Amino acid sequence: MNKNYQHVIEGISAEIAIDNIDTDQIIPTEYLKSIKKYGFGDFLFDGWRYKDEGNIQKDTSQREQNEDFILNIDPYKKSKILVVGKNFGCGSSREHAVWALRDFGIECIIAESFGDIFYNNCFKNGILPIQISQDKKNHVSEHIKENKNLRVDLTNQSIQLESSEIQFEIEESLKERIILGQDDIDITLGYANQIKQFESNRFVSKPWLK
Amino acid sequence: MNKTLYDKLWDDHEVINFDNDESLIYIDRHFLHEVTSPQAFEGLKQKSLKPWRIKSNVATPDHNVPTVRGNKFDTASIEDEISKIQVIELEKNCSEFDIHFHDINSNKQGIVHVIGPENGYTLPGMSIVCGDSHTSTHGAFATLAMGIGTSEVEHVLATQCLRIKKLRNLGIKLIGLPDPSITSKDVILYIIRTLGTDIGNGHAIEFFGDYIKSISMEARMTICNMSIEAGAKVGLIAYDSVTEKYLEERMSISNKDLQNALDYWETLKSDDGASYDDLIEIDISNLKPQISWGTSPEMTTDFDSSVPIIDSADPKNVTYKKAIDYMGLQEGQPISSLSFDKVFIGSCTNSRIEDLRLVAGIVDGKKLSPNIKEALVVPGSGMVKLQAQSEGLDKIFENAGFQWRDPGCSMCLGMNPDRLSPEERCASTSNRNFEGRQGTRGRTHLVSPLLAAKIAIHGSVPN
Repeated sequence: MNKNYQHVIEGISAEIAIDNIDTDQIIPTEYLKSIKKYGFGDFLFDGWRYKDEGNIQKDTSQREQNEDFILNIDPYKKSKILVVGKNFGCGSSREHAVWALRDFGIECIIAESFGDIFYNNCFKNGILPIQISQDKKNHVSEHIKENKNLRVDLTNQSIQLESSEIQFEIEESLKERIILGQDDIDITLGYANQIKQFESNRFVSKPWLK
Repeated sequence: MNKTLYDKLWDDHEVINFDNDESLIYIDRHFLHEVTSPQAFEGLKQKSLKPWRIKSNVATPDHNVPTVRGNKFDTASIEDEISKIQVIELEKNCSEFDIHFHDINSNKQGIVHVIGPENGYTLPGMSIVCGDSHTSTHGAFATLAMGIGTSEVEHVLATQCLRIKKLRNLGIKLIGLPDPSITSKDVILYIIRTLGTDIGNGHAIEFFGDYIKSISMEARMTICNMSIEAGAKVGLIAYDSVTEKYLEERMSISNKDLQNALDYWETLKSDDGASYDDLIEIDISNLKPQISWGTSPEMTTDFDSSVPIIDSADPKNVTYKKAIDYMGLQEGQPISSLSFDKVFIGSCTNSRIEDLRLVAGIVDGKKLSPNIKEALVVPGSGMVKLQAQSEGLDKIFENAGFQWRDPGCSMCLGMNPDRLSPEERCASTSNRNFEGRQGTRGRTHLVSPLLAAKIAIHGSVPN
């Protein structure tokens, strides 16, 4: 990308050292009844954050919190970065999981790997998912135990630790998406003529698809 | 160049190959349901856009709908006000944009992944998407089918395309033929148990081998359905005579076009010598019935074995211990010692007529075990329901003590009133045993319809 830009995420970083955290844990099914795109932050990790059963109409300030859960503990209540194990966001395609993370204030997730659909959904909502090796992640874990804070620089694709930097890979197209905040639909509709041409050719060669 | 089936499907739908590793992929079929579509329609309206190709869309409510409905039921009868709003929203959006819609009373209403194939909406060679991860089901028909998020639902409505990166090819070759009493659910659970829930991340999985050739379309759909539980959003099986036979009575293609379609479909298989990025062989000749013990589908074992003993040096030990604790189990506890409270027969994995026949075969003339508080049979669609009733299966279920319900996703995810209470243990033919999946603090054990039926009668896993 030859544009002049900078994209830095810096803030409190919480670790949940569990593998295969599925999107049902990130936002339970009950909250999928909403027809809105916002307002899911209070229900993030609902089953782990609260001891009682919730629903979309229940005031979360009246609910019994699980005081042991990291996102209920200061200063992690204000986390911006989440550090997790492998295959984070596996399972259901619900974009509500990303909306819940975003609404809570999470801007970046560092994991050993991600579920594919979840990974895509992140970029549609300005959340940066970073995939790094287990070794590198262990360094990050050690760092945040001491410092609680992380600085992620998307420009240089680096996570800054006290005395070192961890580099991460990310596809250029997705990096652009986060930095420029582009609207995918606008971009794609710029190719409307090619899509129409493709479509009409398709219906000539495979008319049963019409 | 020798291509895999996935390569062929990808190439056939690629509108533009951008130089930044993404492509614009044309979408032939878009299924919609009430949960993941309202925000997408809202976005469309805000941008003053209309669906690009209305005829590509098919919609029905499935996730939220109550499964006790009766004849006079309509959307207004849904008791849960929030669920009702979501179903009404789908009706309104489909009506506003003239989208083909099967309402809650229609015989064609059902789980989108069940009604798609049975009504001929799913055809080989298509690209198919839906805001639901189990869209992989349709890959059993040699289609490029995948689950997408709501932003992508909006994108497909607006542009008829997805902007995505090509996946890698993972071939899973199944070696040997298991005993006929083993179902395809056991096979896919065993694959996930063996390879883990992330083996398919970044991949399209193609399943092949003599076993795959030998099984029905229903059984193939079960396998592709759960490819997402192995991490792959795309699961594929080649077109063959079994596919053709299934489609014969379901598709509506004019005689003029039929031969061309059949000729094209014949090509929908991987070429000899096609190269996969990864190729894994799994021997299933001695496979036993499978049952999950934990809170991830990979936490699965043989029906006659025990809950694992966790090695504290194993990097998975934290995750595994948490799962054992959640499930109310002890390390090393025999699976046969578990007492069940509920049985759920249904979901897009196992709610087709063949599944119901398997269950009926076991429970015919028998009664539920006294410890089973509730056993539901939820057909995947109105068509499955009618077929089952015409065969008298409903009576067999009811005589055994099961409840015969109306179609929907039901207790697979507990979005409607069909839920587990805290700590209830359920034998379920669904696809996910995640914490709270079937109800807050509920405990799910994934099994085949055959094993679920046996548990319903026996109250526990019979040896």
